[in-house]
Amino acid sequence: MNTTNSEFEPKIVAFVCNWCTYAGADLTGTSRLKYATNVKIVRFPCTGRIDFMLLLRAFAQGADGIIVSGCHPNDCHYTSGNFHARRRWITFRGLLDFMGIDVKRIQYSWVSAAEGAKWADVVNSTVANIRELGPYTEYKKVAEYLDKEDYNG
Amino acid sequence: MSKIGVFICHCGENISATVDCERVAQELAKVEGVECAIDYKYMCSDPGQTIIKDAIREHHLDGVVVGACSPRMHEPTFRRACAEAGLNPYLCEIANLREHCSWVHEKGDATTNKAIDLVKMLVEKVKRNKPLESIKVPITKKALVIGGGIAGIQASLDIANAGHQVILVEKDPSIGGHMSQLSETFPTLDCSQCILTPRMVEVAQHPNITLYTYAELESLEGFIGNFTAKIRLKAKSVDYKKCTGCGACMQKCPQKKIPSEFNAGLGTRTAIYVPFPQAVPNKPVIDREHCNYYKRGKCKLCETACPTGAIEWDKEDEILTEQVGAIVVTTGFNVKGTDFFPEYGYGKYKDVITGLQFERLASASGPTFGEIRRPSDGTIPKKIVFIACAGSRDPAKGIPYCSKICCMYTAKHAMLYQHKVHDGESTVFYMDIRAGGKNYEEFVRRAIEEDHVNYVRGRVARVYEKDGKLIVKGVDTLLSGEQVEIEADMVVLATAGVANCGAEVLAQKMHISYDPYHFFAEAHPKLKPVETNTAGIFLAGACQAPKDIPETVGMASGAAVKVAGLFSNNELVREPLIAVVNRMPPPVFSTCVGCFMCQTACPYNAIEREEIKGRDGKVIKTVAKVNPGLCQGCGTCVAFCRSKSIDIQGYSNEQVFAEVMSLLNQ
Repeated sequence: MNTTNSEFEPKIVAFVCNWCTYAGADLTGTSRLKYATNVKIVRFPCTGRIDFMLLLRAFAQGADGIIVSGCHPNDCHYTSGNFHARRRWITFRGLLDFMGIDVKRIQYSWVSAAEGAKWADVVNSTVANIRELGPYTEYKKVAEYLDKEDYNG
Repeated sequence: MSKIGVFICHCGENISATVDCERVAQELAKVEGVECAIDYKYMCSDPGQTIIKDAIREHHLDGVVVGACSPRMHEPTFRRACAEAGLNPYLCEIANLREHCSWVHEKGDATTNKAIDLVKMLVEKVKRNKPLESIKVPITKKALVIGGGIAGIQASLDIANAGHQVILVEKDPSIGGHMSQLSETFPTLDCSQCILTPRMVEVAQHPNITLYTYAELESLEGFIGNFTAKIRLKAKSVDYKKCTGCGACMQKCPQKKIPSEFNAGLGTRTAIYVPFPQAVPNKPVIDREHCNYYKRGKCKLCETACPTGAIEWDKEDEILTEQVGAIVVTTGFNVKGTDFFPEYGYGKYKDVITGLQFERLASASGPTFGEIRRPSDGTIPKKIVFIACAGSRDPAKGIPYCSKICCMYTAKHAMLYQHKVHDGESTVFYMDIRAGGKNYEEFVRRAIEEDHVNYVRGRVARVYEKDGKLIVKGVDTLLSGEQVEIEADMVVLATAGVANCGAEVLAQKMHISYDPYHFFAEAHPKLKPVETNTAGIFLAGACQAPKDIPETVGMASGAAVKVAGLFSNNELVREPLIAVVNRMPPPVFSTCVGCFMCQTACPYNAIEREEIKGRDGKVIKTVAKVNPGLCQGCGTCVAFCRSKSIDIQGYSNEQVFAEVMSLLNQ
């Protein structure tokens, strides 16, 4: 793995909750704080909505890193969606090693609507981490192989 | 084949300064399914919206993507424009090119490329959007106001006068809040209680207002138009139906040395007490923490004194369930105590007091009947020092914000002191004087010029006691840069205004957001100052940020109008972005296998069981069904569903997947 490649621009997808992190990222904008362009946000109503299979799909399609971010515990707009997401993440995290995905490629965080500066930090630190880890192609190769073989498992 | 229209807004220069909007439009025009791509200086303006409407009609568009500011800002605007041109509003999506792109990145290709990606992503999404019809739900035309300070009083009266029922809940034994504690108000120096108490009485007598004092919100469920609030009525231990408020019980109570909350700790009260003489309702409660009977099992002197037998020893807390359609949160603020300041003596010097305590000393209803006397020995202080910004604007203390009211009330305090103690000398240490407001600056000038208050620009480093005097050591940073040392008899700290203790717990009960200082968060700092992010819950007063009385009252009336506006409809139109369980023709009917995992995940109990029956009436299958009136569209059920039978409109698996694919497949 090439860890010193300065040309490498990681592709990072952020799955965020509409009420906290999306609004927090809006605040980053209104506060004119700067961050790296590598992260693109996909809006969800709640982190509880996020099917973690989508993270695997994203890796299979060539994502180098993923951010999942929503409301702090107890602050969920829908009472408990973020708790479901947290529990799902804990289970999912345990399986990552088995699936051959480096846990460092997924940043799971809580950013509230008032934490514009925190969102900029989360983005910048994730981009730096992924840049260090280098491009992620293994999962894409596996996925392509499975597609070719018409694997149906 | 889709016909998508793409509209890129320059937002004046807000977007176009860092994003090449023309190139974004050109690139998007090449995307499959995009019929037209147009950029314009102000898409949200009337001509901008006309461009969108004309394009919809001309090209027969079946989807629209607007690359502009955050959808939290103008999504309703653009959806309405689409609807006016005959396109279903839910076929319009907003790509956030301002807050998530142009404002956070430097000018360059990377930024323009990101903007292109963001719009493409929404194009792929909108191709899969379905026309949706908004949902109508009935409204319970009754409002809940939490907090009985001036904000809650004003909001309650305004809503009640608009002809709607109001429930006002106050945690203390009386309504009135901080305003009832104040002596005079700036900039007019009229008596605070004189202008407040008539309103308090009006609240108590208003036919549309139900007042619950000594009560707190226990829990809140439901959504705009249809909330279910559980209210805890704390045991007062006095039957208000029998009590006449004669006060005989209070005279008999042997516990006389409890610090009075109303007097900010400067006076005392009894265990059975009315917080202050003008309290509404003017009937006592028993403070069980300090009552001899509850502590030691005997006393009951108040019971012997009571002529009507109103004391109820065995009374327990009651939980009341109320259905309401809207909520106004007016829980107010608090001030930091002197113990927050190690440099000023950690609260150990009795004559170092807070601004709120000074209000009580200056108030005719206070412990000294309006005479300024030292708490330590009761003498009249001849030299007094006011320290503004005690805690406020001090990141080291964790309070970087300005508490806003202190400059004005400090000027008022110094002025009141000079009016009451003619030979007294007062000094104010300040950082800046912030007197924005009608007649505010003039008021401060009056304190300086007419009442000869000595204003020193500079900070106080230390306050310590020496020979019965408080030595105030500071520095004059404006003129001399020299150290100033004053031997004062009394020091008043304009301590920072902070969120109420437990504010975040209340916010969590109601599912509204709060800022890092635990003040409740408004939906938009400029355009939605009284709304929260939770529809149907509004804010007023200092629970949102420190503010003075006129601002609080204005905000309360604003929130009341929002509530009255909501109640002017018989039905509420809700976004149809809700979960749906799929249905198919026989013999499948639905891919739902009836495991009802979704039911366990749903926070709103919105998932019901539906029996699919054959012609003979026999049940073929039991499947899940979403109640559209209850579903709030969180989508937790979607991630739970094992057979992928439940999906959420607006954020469907197909849509979200297409978004991710478009980002990565390049």
